[in-house]
Amino acid sequence: MRELCAAALPANAWNWIAVWRRNYLAWKKVALASILGNLADPMIYLFGLGFGLGVVVGRIDGTSYVAFLAGGMVATSAMTAATFETIYAAFARMHAQRTWEAILYTQLTLGDIVLGELAWAATKAFLAGTGITVVATLLGYAAWPSVLYALPVIALTGLAFASLAMVITALAPSYDYFVFYQTLVLTPMLFLCGAVFPVAQLPNVFQQAAHFLPLAHAIDLIRPALLSRPAGNMGLHIGALCIYAVLPFFLSAALFRRRLMP
Amino acid sequence: MSTVAIDLAGVSKTYEGKVVVDGLSFRVAAGECFGLLGPNGAGKSTIARMVLGMTSPDAGEITVLGVPVPARARLARARIGVVPQFDNLDLEFTVRENLLVFGRYFGMSTREVEAIIPSLLEFARLESKAHARVSELSGGMKRRLTLARALINDPQLLVMDEPTTGLDPHARHLIWERLRSLLARGKTIILTTHFMEEAERLCDRLCVLEKGRKIAEGHPHALIEEQIGCQVIEIYGGNPHELHSLISPYAQRIEVSGETLFCYAPDPEQVRLQLRGHAGLRLLQRPPNLEDVFLRLTGREMEK
Ligand SMILES: Nc1ncnc2c1ncn2[C@@H]1O[C@H](COP(=O)(O)OP(=O)(O)OP(=O)(O)O)[C@@H](O)[C@H]1O
Ligand SMILES: [Mg+2]
Repeated sequence: MRELCAAALPANAWNWIAVWRRNYLAWKKVALASILGNLADPMIYLFGLGFGLGVVVGRIDGTSYVAFLAGGMVATSAMTAATFETIYAAFARMHAQRTWEAILYTQLTLGDIVLGELAWAATKAFLAGTGITVVATLLGYAAWPSVLYALPVIALTGLAFASLAMVITALAPSYDYFVFYQTLVLTPMLFLCGAVFPVAQLPNVFQQAAHFLPLAHAIDLIRPALLSRPAGNMGLHIGALCIYAVLPFFLSAALFRRRLMP
Repeated sequence: MSTVAIDLAGVSKTYEGKVVVDGLSFRVAAGECFGLLGPNGAGKSTIARMVLGMTSPDAGEITVLGVPVPARARLARARIGVVPQFDNLDLEFTVRENLLVFGRYFGMSTREVEAIIPSLLEFARLESKAHARVSELSGGMKRRLTLARALINDPQLLVMDEPTTGLDPHARHLIWERLRSLLARGKTIILTTHFMEEAERLCDRLCVLEKGRKIAEGHPHALIEEQIGCQVIEIYGGNPHELHSLISPYAQRIEVSGETLFCYAPDPEQVRLQLRGHAGLRLLQRPPNLEDVFLRLTGREMEK
């Protein structure tokens, strides 16, 4: 039992950095394409929906639709970037490329590797979310300097979604299973959590359900920061995101232990 | 420091109800080259993984470099270099970057790794490839890079799972030569292989495995002497059963494997005399090797 934990937990507080740096080195080679790829999608949504639907919707919650949408798109882009990095790139490193296997031959543990991958996915989420925040701010759809409060939340959102996705990565036999996670978990979350329209528009049951979804907590923190409004229940939202970041981490590490060290 | 590098005592492993390693015990002395020789599925990789603490045995005790494994495997792995059966280099990185990234996993600073990269490249004969992407390297070069990577933490013990499988003879000889130079430097090596020649040339001692069980252990030449101890004539192209009765009075032992008849003969001339006049036979006389030992112990050939 002790050795089971020793393999699944991080060995120390800094081993994960070597994994992060490995991914950073790989990313640097394709940085431009990666940044454009991560930004393009949410930008298209932001301005496509924002201006297109904005005409129909008019003002919402006392602000323009684009400004309302900006907070939702920032949170969503962090969610998507962290998730994709974990279910596709980290899965490849774990499975087909055998990168994790090579790392396990050194003095790193599975816990170190998972932590390094999560930190890396959160970094990419931070880049994506921050990129959109910057554009929204430059165009006047987000308020300076309160927008700065959104930045740590973007990173935390990335960490929470990376951690959740890591459980899926640990369980999936192949890439084919990730589609289910995308269509059954991520896409519904987009509509349940107030990313594109206020949660108040939903039937009551769904509103209740939204309280348990990490994206809702992320949006409740990011949108007020972008609109320079006070955020309610900050402790609750941050606490919920932290739980989503921490618990799946331990679960996924235990699952990887079973999968990779049979 | 203890003179025992690896100690396996009564180790067993079962996967999904199938016994893969069965009550295996052996010791590897420091500075020795120890071989695990066996056909596909014999359990070689499973044993290598257990030595590294990557798989826990269901029964038995493992001690590596004085440390109980898997309980404190991390400590042992800090002093072990690994060449896995399947290459797991970072294909998108250059040769140099692969070494740099791997050194950091051992807690080395960029500067520390960069200081030893030239000597590692020289060892692996990859000096001119420092900035080549791994995806551009040949199979033999990749294997040598994996070997250089395994040396980055200056390990006492090297665990190599089929280090030369899939390489052409030239690349294989180069690896063998490099491994001998490591042994000369006092490193301990445990390697798995299904090449008799590799085991015979490199290993001080070896353990012959079949279905997870040890069927013989010892110095390669001692094993050959003890199990065979005479010349071998391989006979192709006749009816094995007819030939069997013809030459059996002159043979110490005869094995039939497929179309081939292996005749172990203290006096090979006598056998040749008996077979004179049989058209269409091809005879090959050679000294005995580990293949014969395996055939004798298991009744079948290892390769194939
Ligand atoms: N994770 C696993 N789950 C189930 N069975 C396994 C697992 N790993 C190995 N085995 C089985 O254990 C047996 C021994 O496998 P192992 O890889 O140790 O053999 P090997 O001697 O290295 O063979 P090869 O020469 O093909 O590499 C095989 O029958 C294999 O199918
Ligand atoms: Mg194997």
